[in-house]
Amino acid sequence: MNDFSSVAVSPVGVVRRDPRKEWMARNRLHPRHHEVISEGVGGEMGANGLMRRNPRQIGFIGPNGIKRIDRLKGNAVQTPNKRQSVVPEVVLPWHVVATADFYIFVVPDMVGGRLSGHDKDILGLAHRLQKEIAGQGAVVAVCFGEVKETQFELAGVDRLVHFAGAEFEGFAAEAKAAALAAMDERWAPKHWLFPDSIHGGTDLGSRLAAELGERPATQAWQVDLEKTVARGAGGSLDISRATPRILFLLEECAYPIDETRHQVLSLEMPEVQRPAPRLLDQGLVAVDPNEIPLAEAEFILSAGNGIHNWAQFHQTAKALGATEGASRVAVDDGFMPRSRQVGASGTWVTARVYIAVGISGAIQHLQGIAQCDKIIAINTDAGCDMVKRANLAVIDDSDAILSALMMLANEKLVEPGAVQGNTNKEDSDAA
Amino acid sequence: MPLNIVSLVSVGRHPQSGRSRRAEQDGRAVEMGLKLAGQQLSVVHVGNPDEPVLRQYAGMGLSSLTVLKQADRFDAVPVLQRYLEQKNIDIVLTGVRSESGESSGMVPYLLAHALGWPVVARVADIVCVEKGEAQVLLALPRGQRRAVRVALPFIASLDLAAPPARQSAFGVGLRAKIETIESIGEVDQIRVDWQEAEAKPRAKRLKTVKAKTAAERFKAATAKPQGDAGKVLINETTQQKAQAIFDLLLEEKVIR
Repeated sequence: MNDFSSVAVSPVGVVRRDPRKEWMARNRLHPRHHEVISEGVGGEMGANGLMRRNPRQIGFIGPNGIKRIDRLKGNAVQTPNKRQSVVPEVVLPWHVVATADFYIFVVPDMVGGRLSGHDKDILGLAHRLQKEIAGQGAVVAVCFGEVKETQFELAGVDRLVHFAGAEFEGFAAEAKAAALAAMDERWAPKHWLFPDSIHGGTDLGSRLAAELGERPATQAWQVDLEKTVARGAGGSLDISRATPRILFLLEECAYPIDETRHQVLSLEMPEVQRPAPRLLDQGLVAVDPNEIPLAEAEFILSAGNGIHNWAQFHQTAKALGATEGASRVAVDDGFMPRSRQVGASGTWVTARVYIAVGISGAIQHLQGIAQCDKIIAINTDAGCDMVKRANLAVIDDSDAILSALMMLANEKLVEPGAVQGNTNKEDSDAA
Repeated sequence: MPLNIVSLVSVGRHPQSGRSRRAEQDGRAVEMGLKLAGQQLSVVHVGNPDEPVLRQYAGMGLSSLTVLKQADRFDAVPVLQRYLEQKNIDIVLTGVRSESGESSGMVPYLLAHALGWPVVARVADIVCVEKGEAQVLLALPRGQRRAVRVALPFIASLDLAAPPARQSAFGVGLRAKIETIESIGEVDQIRVDWQEAEAKPRAKRLKTVKAKTAAERFKAATAKPQGDAGKVLINETTQQKAQAIFDLLLEEKVIR
């Protein structure tokens, strides 16, 4: 008795085998392996119309004569195969809102022009609320100023409203609140969701709530259609209340969207009538970067064993306006104070941009910079762990690169805006 | 002409012991008021005039303190609005968020909307007031500061980055006069239906693996996180490499 689908009995009774098919059946890594294995497994129609399946016809006989049954059904762990290294890209299904019965507006913080984790949680919550309400709703994200985000469709944005323009750049809380009030009048959304954060979400939401005369739920963390649980009394109370229209939400209030793609269509924007601004923005003020606590510094220039000219390192940090950090080696050798150490036994930093100069990337150091967005490595060793982790790695001597960087920074200082070709107010003020 | 400044104070709550105390941010509002107006500063509280915490504010060197007397269940905003409308006020200073009650942080915004004044949130310092305009430093995240000019009158809420409140002297606090103004309050209707409970610690978010088969779960548990490898510059000139770094810094706006 044979289990092979490759075995056929010819009309004259001679058993014909297909050695190629047998080979494919034995070789689980063969691209046509499953095709061969699944041949004849489906069974065939019996005389009385029932499907008859031969239970002995599963598996195949291996080269050593033992029957092998592959029960993994194509889910075998892929062994690294040099010939086929193409990983199939996962394409998520579309979530289509053709015509929206109602809208839920989300005003993300967009720190640095991108959606933060907090923003994505709130978009996830907006979709949860939208599912609970009868009818089909659209989740609308309202953004201001410059936007660098490219993943709106994966974050759950059905409709996007983008107020661009100089009046929304910099500090423009009043202009933004006026725009939101105009949007409210035009679209009358079911809910307004704001991140309760220091990045401007709370301020903007409070302005809108005062303007509309509605009482928001602040520091909310458990929200459904009927009930909201919000923190009160400095975080020591849980207040349960009916869900209001305006909500300020804490981090991790819901799971972000990860199973669907969304359309990101634009929504009509009403004409915003802006009163004369009462708060006049004078630009950012230069702060001594070394006064900023290392844990919350935005831009860190960190030094390790590869630094030989320490005076130059300090000068470069000053020219770039970066907060100084150090690896354990630099601290142990006495070049930097212990308070500047980044990593497991020092500070866990959250910088947006982290430049590691001459740091090879010990695991304790990499733990400390796990929260950083963009990492730039300057190192002489192309194979070190820091280069693998970095978004931009430069393989060169640190002295040469630092002096070139310092020169660029000084040029920029002399001629603000000349490097990028723009001379907006913010640049010239801070410089 | 001396400035007419009002600091609004509330009863704070110590985060560990839960005892009532001078609120951190409100103490800063009084400190800022003392810096700008000195003894001319008026400090206003809405609630119980017998509250002992008020003496802690008075101990910062105030000769008197005004209390708009009303019960806890009444809304503080209409009373304050009526009080502030009567006086010819230049600046109202508050904290960002109270440490008791709802702590929504809406009071400065509601007052500003009712009075038609601008509101400046999260102030780190009021540098100077001249010619009817104030130069204000705002506290931004990550230790940054922004300068803003605003015309008087306005409402400012003080961030924790503002200069800390001075020590409170017990004797001075006891000697201070507390002026009580009886006020007709409005019951906070929305708040009546709320239930309050001690805050539950929030559950930590679990990492969920949405694998359908055992093999996928195994892969999720064992696979190393594969970060997409960044750009590596090896053969370019030093100048080009430095320029590449500098361009990234400009793009991320960390160099201004």
